[in-house]
Amino acid sequence: MPEEESGPRIGVYVCHCGSRIAGTLDVQAVAANAARLPHVVVARDHAHICSDRAIRLLRRDIDERGLDHVVVASCSPLLREHPFRPLLDGRTAGPVTLHVVNLRDHDPSRHDGPAAATTRAEALVGAAVRRALGEMPGRARGPIHPGVLVVGAGIAGIEAALTLADSGQHVYLVERLPTIGGHMAAFEKIFPALDCAACILTPKMAAARAHPNITLWTCSDVTTVDREDGAYRVQVTRRPRYVNEERCTGCLECVEACVYADARFPDKFTLGLGMRKPVYMPFPDAVPNVAVIDRETCIAFAPGGCERPCVAACGERGAVDLAQGEEVVTIRVGAVVLATGFRPFDVSRTPFYGYGMYPNVYTSLEVEHMLNGSGPTGGAIGLRDGHAPRSIAIVHCVGSRDITTNRWCSRVCCMSSLKLAHLLRARTGAEIFNFYIDMRTPGPAFEEFYQALLKEGVHFIRGRVAEVTDWALDPSEEGRLVIRVEDTLLATVRRVPVDMVVLSVGLEPTAEADELARLFGIGRSPDGFFLEPHPKLVGKPGGTDGIFVAGCCEGPKDLNDSIAQAGAAAADALAFVEGAGDPPLSAAGKILRGPRDDRA
Amino acid sequence: MERQVRYQRESEPGWTRTIVARPGCERLMSCVQCGTCSGTCPLSLYMDFTPRRIIALVREGFRRDVLSSQTIWLCASCYACAAHCPQDIHITDVMFTLKREAIHQRLFPTRFPIPVLAQEFYRMVRRRGRISEFWVVLRLVLRTNPSALFSMARAGVTLMRRGRLSIGRKRVRNIDELHRALSGSREVM
Amino acid sequence: MASQSRPQPPLGYLYFPGCSLKGTGVAYDESLVTLFGLLGLPLEELPDWNCCGATSYMAIGEETAFVLAARNLAIAQRLGALELVAPCSACYLVLRKTVDYSYRYPEVRRQIEEAMARAGLPFPNAVRVRHPLEVLFNDVGEARIAATVKRRWSGGRVACYYGCQAVRPYAEVDDTYGPTRMDELLAAAGIPTIDYPVKTQCCGGSLTGTIATVGKELNCILLKEAERKGAEAIVTICPLCQFNLDVHQAEIRDRTGATFDMPILLLPQILGWVLGGERRALGLHRAISGRRLLAQWLGAPAERDAYA
Repeated sequence: MPEEESGPRIGVYVCHCGSRIAGTLDVQAVAANAARLPHVVVARDHAHICSDRAIRLLRRDIDERGLDHVVVASCSPLLREHPFRPLLDGRTAGPVTLHVVNLRDHDPSRHDGPAAATTRAEALVGAAVRRALGEMPGRARGPIHPGVLVVGAGIAGIEAALTLADSGQHVYLVERLPTIGGHMAAFEKIFPALDCAACILTPKMAAARAHPNITLWTCSDVTTVDREDGAYRVQVTRRPRYVNEERCTGCLECVEACVYADARFPDKFTLGLGMRKPVYMPFPDAVPNVAVIDRETCIAFAPGGCERPCVAACGERGAVDLAQGEEVVTIRVGAVVLATGFRPFDVSRTPFYGYGMYPNVYTSLEVEHMLNGSGPTGGAIGLRDGHAPRSIAIVHCVGSRDITTNRWCSRVCCMSSLKLAHLLRARTGAEIFNFYIDMRTPGPAFEEFYQALLKEGVHFIRGRVAEVTDWALDPSEEGRLVIRVEDTLLATVRRVPVDMVVLSVGLEPTAEADELARLFGIGRSPDGFFLEPHPKLVGKPGGTDGIFVAGCCEGPKDLNDSIAQAGAAAADALAFVEGAGDPPLSAAGKILRGPRDDRA
Repeated sequence: MERQVRYQRESEPGWTRTIVARPGCERLMSCVQCGTCSGTCPLSLYMDFTPRRIIALVREGFRRDVLSSQTIWLCASCYACAAHCPQDIHITDVMFTLKREAIHQRLFPTRFPIPVLAQEFYRMVRRRGRISEFWVVLRLVLRTNPSALFSMARAGVTLMRRGRLSIGRKRVRNIDELHRALSGSREVM
Repeated sequence: MASQSRPQPPLGYLYFPGCSLKGTGVAYDESLVTLFGLLGLPLEELPDWNCCGATSYMAIGEETAFVLAARNLAIAQRLGALELVAPCSACYLVLRKTVDYSYRYPEVRRQIEEAMARAGLPFPNAVRVRHPLEVLFNDVGEARIAATVKRRWSGGRVACYYGCQAVRPYAEVDDTYGPTRMDELLAAAGIPTIDYPVKTQCCGGSLTGTIATVGKELNCILLKEAERKGAEAIVTICPLCQFNLDVHQAEIRDRTGATFDMPILLLPQILGWVLGGERRALGLHRAISGRRLLAQWLGAPAERDAYA
């Protein structure tokens, strides 16, 4: 292609990718074809375009040939972004745009034979060249707006928020419920060391509330998300809790004074195990430590009205505000961390386990609440009629590893089932049976924990429970719940009568995941969790600059991993907002600009 | 003392492949041996090999064990296992396939009533297109346990008094049409 | 295959009785026809139907089992029918499975295509297989049942027993784990039912006739649980379940040696009764167990002798 005096100057580089591309199409032909295109001044093929040697070659070409645009035809830039970054860092003679064509994954006609594959590759490269011609080189990326939005204030959201706030960024921490803390707030002890959950969580919750760089909004939802240049403009709707957060001191006198003398509404926070009044504190260490009034059950909102002794009891502080309205706030941030957690599997989908049919069938989360010293039963474990159970069955894999409910393994339930086995045994002295398919204990000190349980004499029966029934085949089963299972290790069918059944429920995406994915433009995995571009590159959802995920919303994981991922997401968000590095490459085929104006 | 070991030469992977290829059996290889099938099966209490073990034996190709088991004949085809299986394996279809294999390879106990019932049922349907319960049961009892005829006679009389036992032999009118339809197979009668 | 004139599709429901409904299950045939008559729904028997094969034929006939069932669907299709109702759960399942497997498995499809061609029958691709329980629930509905009730049920509470093959593996007739449609229809008709967790547990099918001890144990659980939960009768939708629970009931003893004497009714029998049907037309005189209770619930004093 004759060099032109004016107009853009394009270099095209076709990678062999070892044999992955070169083995399926004629890379030299693709390069030669590109060389004939208008404005293409150099076209090469290369064995490994991501190698140091190749990058140096590219850089030399950019400098010596005065290239404005570089088209690289290779594999996915999601995997190979780092080698190309030096091209954008201003070390080259002039600003240049880089356009990556993903030949390895985007050339479906590879399956029709080399001739068809080559023709298609030529077309893809040609299209990239034409697109490059429409771009202006050297237009810098503008600065990213400071500030980060963290959606969800469970342990992962809190951790990410604290890390970001400590580094100097301003954080908006938005939580749907009236209190932060997420699922971890229910736990008494955590595996494997059986340390106190509250001792870890509560200080972090308090720190999140007190941190000068964190704006904490509870009872709040993200309602719209718009992208601007370098920022996300997010509308947050703050629902009324009918108590003024600034004025409430958490003294609970309003709760005392309520016209309802007894707590008689099932408390959602404790999964219906405890009762509350219409005005209540979600739990003693709730953060913010502010009472909340439930509009559905408070009769002040009903036609009959109420004398409102809560208002009187609050007195001069005047925190109770039944006229509180919804508030819509608009914020601008440079990055977002999604940490919206999980939803436990709904056991009505496995009716053969008898939940709701037989009173003494519980879910693992209900038992966590019962074990909690500050929970609805004060730590006491009893059957619904108050008696202590003498034998307890813990059923693994309820709503996990099951095509008929959820296909995936929920990762944490084996360890949590072992934890419950130990705690229930210590609390009640009952005989404990764990029914499992495989024992998954992969983390630090996890295997040791399993060994400890074995030594304690907990029964481990390898068999997925088929059914929980109440009909007796033998006199010893009369009046009890019978577990029907095959003990696969003994290769015999067994019937195990117990007093209490605990269903270890799996972890699912939250009910809000659909809406959040739509608002933020996040991909979802087939299982419904937020999708990262590559299983190994966790934390960066596919194709969306500046949005990061942490914790169970990305997939079931334990506290160790949630906290670690939260730290990673915070670091990535920080890097993005402060822009110390090069702009990240997004999904294959986009044009990226560099360097930034202020460093030109 | 006899060895209890299994030698690898006893395993028939080719046979496994033929089973997996039959309609309904394709997900057999996905079994994680969880035992839900055995746990939910109402007959597993009585079986020599539980359904889960049968799947494991099929997968490892131990044909003789599988086809001479009582399990496959005790299966009542209630589909509880298939409905419950977390890997969506149509275990009932596997059992039907194994029943057929056992019949064709003559690996079932000859006086065991269930395969005999199946055979008598099959033959009557092939010939006449319909079955007469009375005649099928009579032939079954004569082949497997003739002395039971006397104890069954009382039940038979009660049924007859209530008009629930028809002795007449039934037949499809357009039997040629049916025979033409069934003629394409190489099944052994 | 050309026919001289276009066939007229049947006016009402086309139904497949199956071998059992013409033999030990004749009461099901009678009561179904009577019940549909009371509801003003015409019911026509599939002409020249053949045995569906049930589980016994399927255990032997590898290549021909689906062909056998398909002939019935083909006859229905040739008549212009779009639906075929099969009361016997085993017949329902075999026919339903034939339709399903002829779509899913090319091998099965080919067998059926070739066999139908040999027989001069159409390939049955347009016939939907249904069950009377689902027809009553969806097409008739609880409101219409309630409005058609003529008699108050004076009998005891009943246990609705769904059995296995009507709800597994296909959940179109009712839910696999927690079916309730029979209970709801009976409730609409003013008949009290009980909570019956074993309602989808297998009765043993043909095992009661071959390995009697096993069959009896399975049926004992069903009878015992019905009694324990407060039922005095069991209502079922499958003729083989009815047979097992009814005919063999006298031989069943529970652990303590106690016996049972519980009426085992078919759904169309009990529904037909409260909708005003006549005893003999509903086959109620054919009951073997629980006759004393039935006489109390159904018969005027003068008629009691007929049950003695």
